[in-house]
Amino acid sequence: MDAVRQWITVLRTVIGVPDYDRYVRHMQAHHPGAPVKSSDEFARERLEARYSRPGSRCC
Amino acid sequence: MRSARTVILWGLIAAIGAGALGRVALSRGESISAAWLLTAAICTYLVGYRFYARFIATKIFVLDDDRATPAVRKSDGHDFVPTNRWVVFGHHFAAIAGPGPLVGPTLAAQFGYLPGALWIIIGVVLGGAVQDFVILCASVRRDGRSLGQMAKDEIGPVAGITALVAVLGIMIVLISVLALVVVNALKASPWGTVTISLTVPIAMFMGVYLRYVRPDKVLEASAMGILMLAGALWAGQWVAANPALAPMFTLTGPTLALLIMAYGFAASVLPVWLLLAPRDYLSAFVKIGVVVALAVGILVVLPPLSMPAVTQFVDGTGPVFSGKVFPFVFITIACGAISGFHSLIASGTTPKLLARETDAKLIGYGAMLTESLVAIMALIAACVLTPGVYFAINAPVAVLGTTAESAALAVQHWGFVLQPGEMDALARSVGESSLLSRTGGAPSLAVGMAHLFDRALGGGGMALWYHFAIMFEALFILTTLDAGTRVGRFMLQDLGGQVWPRFRDVTWQPAVWMASAIFVALWGYFLYQGVTDPLGGINSLWPLFGMANQLLAAVALCVGTTVIIRMGKARHAWATLVPLCWLLVVVLTAGWQKLFSADPRIGFLAHADRFSALHAAGTLPPGVPSLDALPRMVFNDRLDAAVAAFFLVSVLVIVFESVRVWIGVLTGRRPLASTEVPAASVTLFAAD
Repeated sequence: MDAVRQWITVLRTVIGVPDYDRYVRHMQAHHPGAPVKSSDEFARERLEARYSRPGSRCC
Repeated sequence: MRSARTVILWGLIAAIGAGALGRVALSRGESISAAWLLTAAICTYLVGYRFYARFIATKIFVLDDDRATPAVRKSDGHDFVPTNRWVVFGHHFAAIAGPGPLVGPTLAAQFGYLPGALWIIIGVVLGGAVQDFVILCASVRRDGRSLGQMAKDEIGPVAGITALVAVLGIMIVLISVLALVVVNALKASPWGTVTISLTVPIAMFMGVYLRYVRPDKVLEASAMGILMLAGALWAGQWVAANPALAPMFTLTGPTLALLIMAYGFAASVLPVWLLLAPRDYLSAFVKIGVVVALAVGILVVLPPLSMPAVTQFVDGTGPVFSGKVFPFVFITIACGAISGFHSLIASGTTPKLLARETDAKLIGYGAMLTESLVAIMALIAACVLTPGVYFAINAPVAVLGTTAESAALAVQHWGFVLQPGEMDALARSVGESSLLSRTGGAPSLAVGMAHLFDRALGGGGMALWYHFAIMFEALFILTTLDAGTRVGRFMLQDLGGQVWPRFRDVTWQPAVWMASAIFVALWGYFLYQGVTDPLGGINSLWPLFGMANQLLAAVALCVGTTVIIRMGKARHAWATLVPLCWLLVVVLTAGWQKLFSADPRIGFLAHADRFSALHAAGTLPPGVPSLDALPRMVFNDRLDAAVAAFFLVSVLVIVFESVRVWIGVLTGRRPLASTEVPAASVTLFAAD
């Protein structure tokens, strides 16, 4: 089951979906007490960032 | 003992590669198997990766796993995330591989397979992969800074601004030419049109599903999307066979061009979760799937290459696009050999994901080798067609005429075999009304791919495979087009914000709509011009795109050279200087010819003069509907000439600025100040 979950994460990262769990782990480890974005907020903000800079897509 | 074995192994790989390359290069008059081409390419890539990439990694950049990458140094859980190198490889490959490596080699096949194959194989090892790798390393050492910023920091503000404006110009030409490829593939094809149109509601369904029904279940939504794509393929077939519905979806070029502009505008103003993001997920899976399928298909079938190694069109009289093999094969094939656009990706998201410095070799150099392999496969798929069929699909109406007979005659006149009934039979077998003059590369590539898939799986499915391939190419292109339009809109808003600050506000709808409309109008103009051009439009627009892409590559190589010189490694600067000099020779020659060649098929200005003379004399050239259209075509030619001139001047400005910096640094008049972030050991940073 762990292997499946790992593959799911790999596939998601390859197509450019940000890893929310990882973000939460990061916030807990490095900025304890700081406000953590909800998964919805996080996803929305990442999407906006992704499509607002050149170099997200090639010919 | 181990080293002896290594020497033998690599000696063997090099020998096999050299043998295969020799076989590819020297065979004349007999058709050779695609296996030779694949072997030559793969062995050359292996040798390049093992020796040249390692040289750049250890001797030039001295990549060091103890030196913290931006992902480790600035780890923030969302932008800067240390990531497994194979995941970064997949991500980077999915970002760099677009329709470019498919279309360019297909068009360049008019010279025969050899010129394109040699340029793809040699160009990538010494040029394209070096560019991607060097820019990635430079960006990793600078906290993931972008190419534009590095141009400004390393070379100077003039180079920075030129790079920025050039990127905008390149996006406009890129989007228009890719949109033209889609229009030409869907023209008068109800099956294709229905299938592609359905991909839009499918993406929107996925978007809504991901937002409101099962948030964040991307793989689940993508799986459903892929199933629905299969349904769209079937629906297209059903509509095309329905006598009442088929005419409604049988559209002309100009109508399709307007629809695509509307789509680009919608993608730019709608929220990204609704259209752009789900389309991207879908496209990424389809992309990886088809690339793998194409590789398997070629390996299973190992088709003979029907195209000769070199055709007579190397003399510049080719019908697909005009111009001699030098410089035009190097302009036509950008992606797959060297593509400047990659430098934006290699200095975009990728450097922020690298967990270790040494991973840059696999990702920068390795991913580009993989794209080059895709280009080789596209070349193979185009060359499995007989030359007669290839030219009947790819030559414009002005050359072939409009009937099967006139086309067969024209093709026979070039010395290739084509029976009048052959094209009709082929068109019927793929479910299209006609395949004559379907310029742009996509239809001929789709026929080639359908041929391979059909043979690999035992036959009977040509029509389905053809439309599957068209769908895949269009999906690819439309994801570049919609994301590109949105990025272009942001760049315009940023630019306009310099004069009118409120224009920059991306939440202020009037600015969003205005900037989107302006950007769509810019590429839409070129698209419309191409659609109504009797020579098919590809002839004028694709060289502009190739020049633009190589211009960006020249910028990237200038930045790379400056970085290397400033590192105190001037003695190794040839690694980027050699490809840079080659690109300059190519771009400047091509640009000069497109501007000033006296041959109206090549030179924009000569073509403008000829058409204005015809207009004055009241003569109608073939393929032009009315005399009134001529002044507009003359204007378009002059506009294209101005764009080419702009690209040329931009190249010269950046090269001039760079050379000044190099001389300054080498003569000691400028300090050898490194702009790298000071090295810090990974042990100083807590693991994520």
